[in-house]
Formats: sequence, C-alpha cells, structure tokens
Amino acid sequence: MQVKDIISILDLKIFGGNQGLEREISGGYTSDLLSDVMGHADSGKVWITLQTHKNVIAIASLKELAAVILIKGLEPDADMLAQAEEEGIAVLGSNEQAFEVTGKLFNLLTR
Amino acid sequence: MQFEYSIEAGNFTKAGDASSSFKKILKQLNVDPQIIKRIVVSLYEGEVNIVAHANGGKVICEVDPSRVYIQLIDKGPGIPDIPKAMQAGYSTASAKVREMGFGAGMGLQNIKNNADELIINSEVGVGTKLEIIVNLPHS
Repeated sequence: MQVKDIISILDLKIFGGNQGLEREISGGYTSDLLSDVMGHADSGKVWITLQTHKNVIAIASLKELAAVILIKGLEPDADMLAQAEEEGIAVLGSNEQAFEVTGKLFNLLTR
Repeated sequence: MQFEYSIEAGNFTKAGDASSSFKKILKQLNVDPQIIKRIVVSLYEGEVNIVAHANGGKVICEVDPSRVYIQLIDKGPGIPDIPKAMQAGYSTASAKVREMGFGAGMGLQNIKNNADELIINSEVGVGTKLEIIVNLPHS
C-alpha cells in the first residue's frame, strides 16, 4: 500500500510533500517523543503525532519514514512544511485523535 | 576520510543537518544500509544533545574500512553525574525542549543501543566529549 492509498480511506488532508505520496507503507508508529521515534520506528512507517515542528521532518527523513500524519486538526509549522517539500515526505492531517487514526490505519494495513 | 560539522547552540531548526550530510556520504560510500541506520541514530542523538544542552560544539566523523569513529565535542556545561545521565528517562532538558518532544531521557540510551562503543568524558564548566564507534564488517 502506498501513502496516496490511505488518504481518502482515512479522510486525510494533504498539507504538502506530495512527491512522497507514492512511498510504500510498511506500518505505523504513534509517538510524540522524538527520541522514541528515532530509536524505534523502522523505515516505511507512517508516523502519527501531534508535533508540528521542523524536527519531525528531519527525523522522518533520517529514518526514511513513509509519511507523517498530524492529529486533532493540527497544522504543520511553515518551516516543517518547507522541509517536507524539500525532502519529499508527505505531511497529512486528520481531525481525529491519535487513538482513532492509529486504529484505522492498523485495521487498514492488517486486514 | 574525515568530515567536520559545527553545531549551533539552541538552534533546533538546524538540528539533524550534520546527521543528514553524513548519511549521504555513507550512502555514497556504499556502507550497509542497516549500519547506516545505526550510525544515523547515534549521530542525531549526539547532535541534538549539543543543540539542547551545550554552548555549541562540533562533530568530527571519520570513516575507515573497518569502522566509523565519531567525536562530538561541545563547550559546556558538562555532565556532573554520567551514570545518572545514562539512566533511561533521566533528563535535564528545559520545559521548552520537552514540549518539542525532545528531552525524554532516551538519547544516550539510543546511542548506547546503536553504537558498538560509546565513551563519554565530561568536565563540568568545560564541556563534554562523546566518542562513538560503529564497526564496519569486512566485505
């Protein structure tokens, strides 16, 4: 499954980083602690978080994550979005909370 | 081969730049992707520590056929109790840094888990030097 395939099913908004929409998804990782993601998220995971700053993209890029989903209607900071465009990592948004988004993505990837 | 990067104190917008540059070099050198991952985690955590805690510093990365040797050298404030700093969950990060999702006391653990060797030398009021070694298998 690719990043673009989850957009409509999870009712996600695309903030930017559209070049990353064709990345393959291997799973998900839900965390707001950056070192937790750095230490434990594998490449190809979709990162579900409430963090909206540029360092999220630095980590997503270094870890070769598939995409970032911001929860609860949060919007990325301008420099986060600019970095996402540069790195080609899609930044998506949901109005739901981490629990719901994680559950839906889990079901989608394991069904 | 040696590569040097300077790290600005408090500038989180540049945190990860050295790791990103060095990752590209390692890819060009055809280092095993699994080993690159371990080096990148270790280097990034060390880089963020300098941004968050020190008054700036530098990173020197050396690559030879048998290993990658990274030195992270910063200017102050130093670590008074290294065993305590090594404890998972222990952090002296500011509230602002924690709000960003850093400062969870996981950084040094991440380095320890990913490096083959981690050596920390620190002098309070002077600075800290981290030495990270990741071995490269014979190819």
